[in-house]
Amino acid sequence: MSDTLIYTVLVISTIGIISALILYYVSQKFKVFEDPRIDIVEAILPGANCGGCGLAGCRAFAEACVNANELKNLFCTVGGNESMDSVATSLGLTAIFKAPRTAVVRCNGTCAHRPKTSQFDGASTCAIEFSLYSGESDCSFGCLGLGDCVPVCNFDAIHLNSVTGLPEITDEKCTACGACVEACPKMIIELRKQMPKFRKIYVACMNKEKGGIAKKACEVACIGCGKCEKVCEFDAIQITNNLAFIDSEKCKLCRKCVSVCPTNSILETNFPPQKIKPEAATEKYNPIEA
Amino acid sequence: MLKTFKLGGVHPKENKLTADKKIIQPPMPKTVSIAVAQHIGSPATVIVKKGDQVKVGTHVANSSGFVSSNIHSSVSGTVVRIDDVMMPSGYKKTAVIIDVENDEWDESIDRTPDLITETPLDAKAIIQKILEAGIVGLGGATFPTNIKLSPPPGMKAEILLINGVECEPYLTADHRLMIEKGDEVMVGTSLLMKALNVSKAVIGIENNKPDAIKNLTQLARKYKGIEVCALQVKYPQGGEKQLINAITGKEVPSGQLPISVGAVVDNVGTAFAVYEAVMKNKPLFERVVTVTGKGLKSPSNFLVRIGTPVKDLIEAAGGLPESTGKVINGGPMMGKAITTLDVPVQKGTSGILVMPESESFRSEEKPCIRCGKCISACPMGLEPYLLMTLSAKKIWDRSETSHILDCMECGSCAYTCPSSRPLLDFIRLGKSTVSKIIRSRKQ
Repeated sequence: MSDTLIYTVLVISTIGIISALILYYVSQKFKVFEDPRIDIVEAILPGANCGGCGLAGCRAFAEACVNANELKNLFCTVGGNESMDSVATSLGLTAIFKAPRTAVVRCNGTCAHRPKTSQFDGASTCAIEFSLYSGESDCSFGCLGLGDCVPVCNFDAIHLNSVTGLPEITDEKCTACGACVEACPKMIIELRKQMPKFRKIYVACMNKEKGGIAKKACEVACIGCGKCEKVCEFDAIQITNNLAFIDSEKCKLCRKCVSVCPTNSILETNFPPQKIKPEAATEKYNPIEA
Repeated sequence: MLKTFKLGGVHPKENKLTADKKIIQPPMPKTVSIAVAQHIGSPATVIVKKGDQVKVGTHVANSSGFVSSNIHSSVSGTVVRIDDVMMPSGYKKTAVIIDVENDEWDESIDRTPDLITETPLDAKAIIQKILEAGIVGLGGATFPTNIKLSPPPGMKAEILLINGVECEPYLTADHRLMIEKGDEVMVGTSLLMKALNVSKAVIGIENNKPDAIKNLTQLARKYKGIEVCALQVKYPQGGEKQLINAITGKEVPSGQLPISVGAVVDNVGTAFAVYEAVMKNKPLFERVVTVTGKGLKSPSNFLVRIGTPVKDLIEAAGGLPESTGKVINGGPMMGKAITTLDVPVQKGTSGILVMPESESFRSEEKPCIRCGKCISACPMGLEPYLLMTLSAKKIWDRSETSHILDCMECGSCAYTCPSSRPLLDFIRLGKSTVSKIIRSRKQ
């Protein structure tokens, strides 16, 4: 073996050893201490990083849980009660039970029900149409149909129905994270309590104008007549500003309001067909069966 | 070489079909809907109720705050109701709806036609009269004029610029005013000079109005301190910052107002309204509106009472042509299409443009080819292609630092883009979102 080779090996090995020592020293000196529980909690969480909890991703949520004294204001709607129970157990805290929620699009103004009175030629987003005027129909409250709510969903739970022009929510996938609610400039998507078998009864209208004007713009508008409010035995319906609102917390899914609504503005989904009473024998439109 | 502004600009076809049409009065409407929000700032508070009898000039709504304006009835008759009415803006807003009966004017208004050139009123009193008369910027921005005439503490006006540019194609309201009411415009300008305590005023007029330039230059000899400056024809010369740059050479810094360089800009129509308010006790209830468009039987310049339905004006101009595609409130560059003809004329309505179907379309959007034409065209020195992408991708912090709020929404970028990209649509969205973010930061 020549001298050059020996010296080469020695020099390079020395450089290697010194670098290793420096790296070891630096990694020890600048080590960031992280509570190992954060990793444990993060592993329990769904990992969607949707922001529905109000924090910047699942790791931030895990950190918040570890640093909290109680889980009162911390809830992951995607993982739901199941994962919050596991998180609570791993941290030795008590889990708060929250009834699962789902989203509903409160507009049934399809092309058939709500005639278009103008044409929008601008860039195809709801936000831009909303910034320019109140919409292509005479209803200034209804869905604009350009689908800003669709790409924001991380769970593939909302899509535009090409026939009706309205967004539809797939309840099995919806995690009530609230992304679509925020994306809608007209604020027509509502988060409400999830009922058994994904059943829903809701007022598919957001029009707050007087009944005559609302009905002229859309066949299935809520005219604020109050029949639903009167027939509800559970005090779940309230009329404010010519518009009915059904409180999902109080609703018992009896469907009496659906049968008395004169404009078919209240929709029922995932129910077996109801026996139609003579006085309410008008054509019903079920958006699922478009 | 005629003066012009330094950055950007485009040259849309002028189409001044009504440049020779004298101002005429259309038939009196049967009902008027006078909006309570026809100005920048808070909507005025209605002070009349259903059943009240009003005369022309009766005060019907009160200025509701510092940035607000008084509103007066433009007709005599009975108040039918106070209700939400569809406006040219595309949204429903509250209006006072009056059924017209005869044409009885308030006794305090001087209806004689003689020119009054002197007034004993001082600056403060002039500004007070302007406030009472509900005068707002008639160039279209509708900013309350009395506020513009009261610079913030520490700032002083050095020069008054009168905007007789009317750079929007098709519109000729200001043009006709300068020809037919030249003296009144001059006196109005002197009143504004007195209110601001400045000794110099320049009236800027684009060179495509030689008769107006000639008329006002001649009249200016009689009025101390006022001169006329002919400007190169380039859109948007009528923007206040562009006007200041062309005439004084100064550039208003980003995010600042014209007063920061000592300039105050007022539209020629506003100067005329100031004359009528101060010298004739006439509140603002009518204005010149150009009703025009290829295919219209009789395009005209009308002296319109505020609140007149646009439908009536189009009837007076010969009726809506069969081939109509769009009816635009304003000019083709910055105007907005209306969705129904049942909208009322407002203080800021400078023109109604009836556009044939063959011209009322948007070309198909294609990808950005990085040509940079939008940057060359932008009169504010911005990068529209970048601002559009930032808005589309919701990158608001970089939108703010890229000066998106400096955009004056003139439309030069979208006009010149060879790929027909909806630049202005996204920039406007970005502007409103960034403004919201800044407002919430302050709270």
